[in-house]
Amino acid sequence: MATYRELLAQVKSEIDEISTIEAQERLDSSDGSLFVDVREPDEWDEGHIPGAIYTGRGRLEQRIEGLVPDKSRPLVVYCSAGNRSAFAAKVLEDLGYVNVANLGGGFSDWKRNGFEITMPRVLTPDQRTRYSRHLLIPEVGEEGQQRLLDARVLLIGAGGLGSPASLYLAAAGVGTLGIVDADVVDESNLQRQIVHSTDRLGEPKVASAKRTLEALNPDVRVIPFQERLTSENVDRILAEGWSVIVDGADNFPTRYLVNDASVWSGIPVVHGSIFRFEGQVTVFSPGAGPCYRCLFPQPPPPELAPSCAEGGVLGVLPGIIGSIQANETLKLILDRGDSLAGRLLLFDALGTTLDEVTVRRSPDCPVCGDSPTITEYVDYVEFCNAPVHL
Amino acid sequence: MAAVRIPPTLRAEVGGARELDADGTTVAEVIDDLVERYPPLAAQLLQDGDLAPFVNVYVGGEDVRTRDGLETEVREGDQLILLPAMAGGS
Repeated sequence: MATYRELLAQVKSEIDEISTIEAQERLDSSDGSLFVDVREPDEWDEGHIPGAIYTGRGRLEQRIEGLVPDKSRPLVVYCSAGNRSAFAAKVLEDLGYVNVANLGGGFSDWKRNGFEITMPRVLTPDQRTRYSRHLLIPEVGEEGQQRLLDARVLLIGAGGLGSPASLYLAAAGVGTLGIVDADVVDESNLQRQIVHSTDRLGEPKVASAKRTLEALNPDVRVIPFQERLTSENVDRILAEGWSVIVDGADNFPTRYLVNDASVWSGIPVVHGSIFRFEGQVTVFSPGAGPCYRCLFPQPPPPELAPSCAEGGVLGVLPGIIGSIQANETLKLILDRGDSLAGRLLLFDALGTTLDEVTVRRSPDCPVCGDSPTITEYVDYVEFCNAPVHL
Repeated sequence: MAAVRIPPTLRAEVGGARELDADGTTVAEVIDDLVERYPPLAAQLLQDGDLAPFVNVYVGGEDVRTRDGLETEVREGDQLILLPAMAGGS
């Protein structure tokens, strides 16, 4: 039976070890080496090597394949002195990672040399508990959660789509939610607009939503805009700086206005629309994909485009479509997965089917095409020839 | 024969059907077949002999405007989706 010393010596003889100087050179040369910190959480919180990823030694085997799927990627594993990380390096090799180096002397030696360190922003103990299910997912983790907390999402409408979208974004810890809606809560809203409730009847929807969302999660700040989005106020509202716009408007003029403003401001739009039993959802990423005008260059005449107020909507439908919008929004913020940009999902609640069609950027698009003909706000009501309901 | 998905806003014109079978080897022929059986559809799908600009038609998930428009080929068993924009969100 080997003692700890003997075991350590044996492991060290089986792995590659580099000095802090060599590690610093690798970091400087940006050769693709990924630094993996295997210390305890409180050690990481007191500073780490820039760009390093964190996974405590205890969960290393469980988590590393999620964090680093490419087993040929050069890894530099470190702990405080280079002993714990020696065992970690051995385990990584056992898992099939072919280019693993242990940082001899560890983070202590790194600091002694005066090399750069990063001080992480840390979640509070309450936040660690609240977001624990996110922190367990490699694609989110602490860094992703910080991104969510830093993110600013603007919701157009606090109605059917805005309700579930804002609730899930708030629950996820998206730190700032702007909500634009001029309406007050009406009894006929409550069949589906779950961010509001019976005791809020007559209250402005933005105020009601703010109360619900901030009560759900005290990390979230809601900025209410109790006004209808117009050509006159859109630039002022967008100037507050938003990572993503969630479009849950209920009329064509606002849809086209949101589109034009987002293209010109370069803000992605997560678009959803609903009618009776059917929903449509997609993502418009300015510069990278099509815009709303590429998909629908012209709105239908009013008699062919009844609103939910005129034609009705199944109460759960906005719950499904708005939740997909929240999902796309979180992915855009986290920069994870494949977004719906270039794909329009069609959901049919009667058949419970999900179809997908391709949406391409149109070179002839008057707003995002090669030779735009619309370069400033137009009269959207006239353009759509429709009464405005929002 | 192709299966044509009818959007909710056009169902009143076709007796409430969500999907209809229609004959034709091009989008134009399929739409003609539908319009012959349900004449009110004409005004809602066609304008000046072309597809109305506010309706998208997809064959195999691709917008026919990015292919051959009304002349886009329709094969046996293809699914056509008629899709006008919907603005509802509240």
